[in-house]
Amino acid sequence: MSVYEKFGFPEVTAEAAKGMGLSASEFDGVKKLLGRTPNYIELGVISSMYSEHCSYKSSRVHLAKFPTTAPWVVQGPGENAGIIEVDNEGLCVCFKVESHNHPSFIEPFQGAATGVGGILRDVFTMGARPVAAMNSLRFGKLDKPKNRQIFEGVVAGISHYGNCFGVPTVGGEVYFNSCYDGNPLVNAFALGVVQKENIYLAKAEGLGNPVIYVGAKTGRDGIHGATMASEEFNENSEAKRPNVQIGDPFKEKLLLEACLELMKTDYIVGIQDMGAAGLTSSSFEMASKSGSGVRLDLDMVPMREKGMNPYEIMLSESQERMLMVAKKGYEDKVKAIFEKWDLDAVVIGEVTNDGYVRLFWEGEEVAALEAAPLADEAPKYNRPYARGEYMDELQRLPKVESPANLQKVLEDLLANETIASKRWVWNQYDHMVRVGTVQLPGSDAAVIRLNESEKGIAISSDCNSRYCLLNPFEGGKAAIAESARNVAVSGARPRAFTNCLNFGNPEKPDIMWQFVSAVEGMAEAAKVLETPAISGNVSLYNETEGKPIHPTPTIVMVGVFDDVTKRIGSYFTSMESAVYLLGENTGYIGGSEYLASVHGYERGDAPEVDLEREKNIIDFMCAAADKRLVKAAHDVSEGGLAVALCEMCFGGENVGVNVKLESGIRSDALLFGENHGRVILEIDVNNAQAITALAEKYNLPISKIGRTCSGLIEIANKSEKVISAKVADLEKIWKNSIGDRMK
Amino acid sequence: MKAGVVVFPGSNCDHDCYHVLKHVIGAETVFLWHKDTDLQGVDLVVFPGGFSYGDYLRCGAIAKFSPIVNEVIKFAENGGHVLGICNGFQVLTESGLLPGALMRNKGLKFKCEYLNLRVDNSDTPYTSMYADGEVISIPIAHADGNYYIDEEGMKELEDNNQIVFRYCDENGTAENDSNPNGSLGNIAGIINKKGNVLGMMPHPERCAEGVMQTRDGYFLFESIAKFIGGLK
Repeated sequence: MSVYEKFGFPEVTAEAAKGMGLSASEFDGVKKLLGRTPNYIELGVISSMYSEHCSYKSSRVHLAKFPTTAPWVVQGPGENAGIIEVDNEGLCVCFKVESHNHPSFIEPFQGAATGVGGILRDVFTMGARPVAAMNSLRFGKLDKPKNRQIFEGVVAGISHYGNCFGVPTVGGEVYFNSCYDGNPLVNAFALGVVQKENIYLAKAEGLGNPVIYVGAKTGRDGIHGATMASEEFNENSEAKRPNVQIGDPFKEKLLLEACLELMKTDYIVGIQDMGAAGLTSSSFEMASKSGSGVRLDLDMVPMREKGMNPYEIMLSESQERMLMVAKKGYEDKVKAIFEKWDLDAVVIGEVTNDGYVRLFWEGEEVAALEAAPLADEAPKYNRPYARGEYMDELQRLPKVESPANLQKVLEDLLANETIASKRWVWNQYDHMVRVGTVQLPGSDAAVIRLNESEKGIAISSDCNSRYCLLNPFEGGKAAIAESARNVAVSGARPRAFTNCLNFGNPEKPDIMWQFVSAVEGMAEAAKVLETPAISGNVSLYNETEGKPIHPTPTIVMVGVFDDVTKRIGSYFTSMESAVYLLGENTGYIGGSEYLASVHGYERGDAPEVDLEREKNIIDFMCAAADKRLVKAAHDVSEGGLAVALCEMCFGGENVGVNVKLESGIRSDALLFGENHGRVILEIDVNNAQAITALAEKYNLPISKIGRTCSGLIEIANKSEKVISAKVADLEKIWKNSIGDRMK
Repeated sequence: MKAGVVVFPGSNCDHDCYHVLKHVIGAETVFLWHKDTDLQGVDLVVFPGGFSYGDYLRCGAIAKFSPIVNEVIKFAENGGHVLGICNGFQVLTESGLLPGALMRNKGLKFKCEYLNLRVDNSDTPYTSMYADGEVISIPIAHADGNYYIDEEGMKELEDNNQIVFRYCDENGTAENDSNPNGSLGNIAGIINKKGNVLGMMPHPERCAEGVMQTRDGYFLFESIAKFIGGLK
């Protein structure tokens, strides 16, 4: 009896392949590619590699539309994370955002925790020390107990992992919409710092070099997690809880320190994190990228339990593991470093040169697959797409009456969980560890200084998925434009973005149309704003019981500062400043939070984005920050002008604002409309002339709309007083809304 | 002053303390590895924040068995200066260098935010640059900062003026509303009877530079540096 036979694997049939997520035509393709029927281990490996999650088979043709280069881009898409240079002296930041949606629905705490763990590994695998984390979260509305439970669990999971690991979670975004009821989104972002010459890549080079397994032991958790993430949800999804991995942030912290210590030496050639599809994707990617081959003795892999077989070992998604290739003869030196940190480091194979990944058990070959064809020739689909017929109806703007009491509307909007303060969330995150956070959460962008120097970065995560539903092209543009605007409003120059494209089932033409349109909108905005995509991830099949989420292309934009003391906060700083509006109010309410939550319509075409205008706003803000002309700035987004003005008053200093508008627009639309291209500025009265001259230079409309005052928020239009309230009263509503709901 | 920052597996404020001591204060500073027993002739030992050994048991409960802590206990008994911040404070109570215990926060959640502290004893090597009753703003970041001590112990702390920091409102009143974690008597930091070992939950190293929200933490490090002396 051969070793393979001893495992008693099931027979490989089209049915078995289907059970692992391979379609009949994909299975036929595999047989043709191999010239034979794969054995059971090989089938498991191939089905993971072919999963949507690993292969991007539905999205690859469209992702090619993103701009990905610029002089400051050091590493574009294709590695564990992308890298840009911050200065001209080799100081780089490495970042990526990735989804962990499906696991977080099934097991919110561990699903979110391991999402953080995975993205941190992606960053330090490149040689970068993680210095900031963020996340973009979407849940159903908090009036449903199930949504509260998921929200509570996800936030606790992120807090548990990030706090213990020691990375500051410096901000992010949280949206609530019933479209996420059965399908929350958890997109985790991490950013690390690395010097250009110290970057590590996933390489398996040098015939005979040892392949070393480091980190936690392999268990049976997460088997076929990548496949699970490539399916819709149904009533049986809860049964998939064993597919969710368990995270150990302490172990990951040790792994980080050991890896960074090792990377200072010249003992290793390449390193790759074992993320989705574990040992399978790490070994195949390393071998195919280097055009080499790899031999693995799977019985040498440190195992958490007895009786595991090669199939389970190859597909396990146990956390906190890395695969590396060291230089021959340096094995003991590598091991000594890991021993210092009480971690396993075991030689489990070697680099070969025949292009194959060969798997051995007790000295006998149990599987052999050519690496490059599997990695490069995974199926690629140009799926059919078409605008849904329902779009006409969705885009029609309903006629609504203006409510009599607009102050009540404002109060309701401030209490709306999407607009209300997210303090309840970020109070649970350690957002200051590493002494780099110079702008605390709550502003338009997080600001981090790097290496305790004056250089720094600003980060903002944005996506209004309602806009993307109503007009995916404009919504995609808006996600890029708003994230870039938020970075610029904080005083930094937007440089590049990472994205996580969360959509429904791509096999449905209307969903695929959303995807294609949003990507094209993003690509166009990214070109005009000179912010290439440098990394990202696609999460499809976000549907439960056939109901898709709103299309949600999450963007995380990163901008750079030459001096972080030029940063601009979003809270008013002092009384008797002049308040200016950059841009214009159009009174357009389509797609607004006001129309949705007050009138109950998620309708109307999304507001249009004028990209030239947005580019000018960025240039204007960078110039104004450079000259230190702005005391505070805040972009106008969800909730419109009135909400933006209020938010600027909520810095805890009881500074209010007195605004007088002269507009012919109906008051509700004037206060709560969400047209793009607007920023509110707090300016020292002595700088009034300078700021208007600067706006003129960038061809931007600017108008003085009021001044800051003590303790009151007053808004009038043409002598009609529409809002008059105490800062303290409105701030209380805004600040406590989420915490009160979670009691 | 020569300072040593202890590195346990899972320490994550070690770099921060090192940075402030070395670059902001200008003291010669070294890391002290948990498996080592040589204190390298330091005048001040800092137990930094973090999750020593993962804190999977009680916070700080495993750390007290490490070789370095043994040495630090002897060092403190001989009058050496020891500062424990956050997880470091937990290590100090677990190892018996300070009385009392730090339990789970009353709200059960991790909490990270700037808070007001009242300096109740400025007559220590760590607080001489502050004034008695001064209100300072220093952030906390912990899940287990709920200080507890029995009645007798509390009386002793009060009689000996060992309570150094209390959570308070902006006017310096230490009331329930300004207590973030349920600590008895709003206690945020205490010193031992001899006056050489200070433990505190808030993080002074996070607000020791002008670019931060406040610079109130700087003066704690400057106090001890001046007390020990030998800075250029």
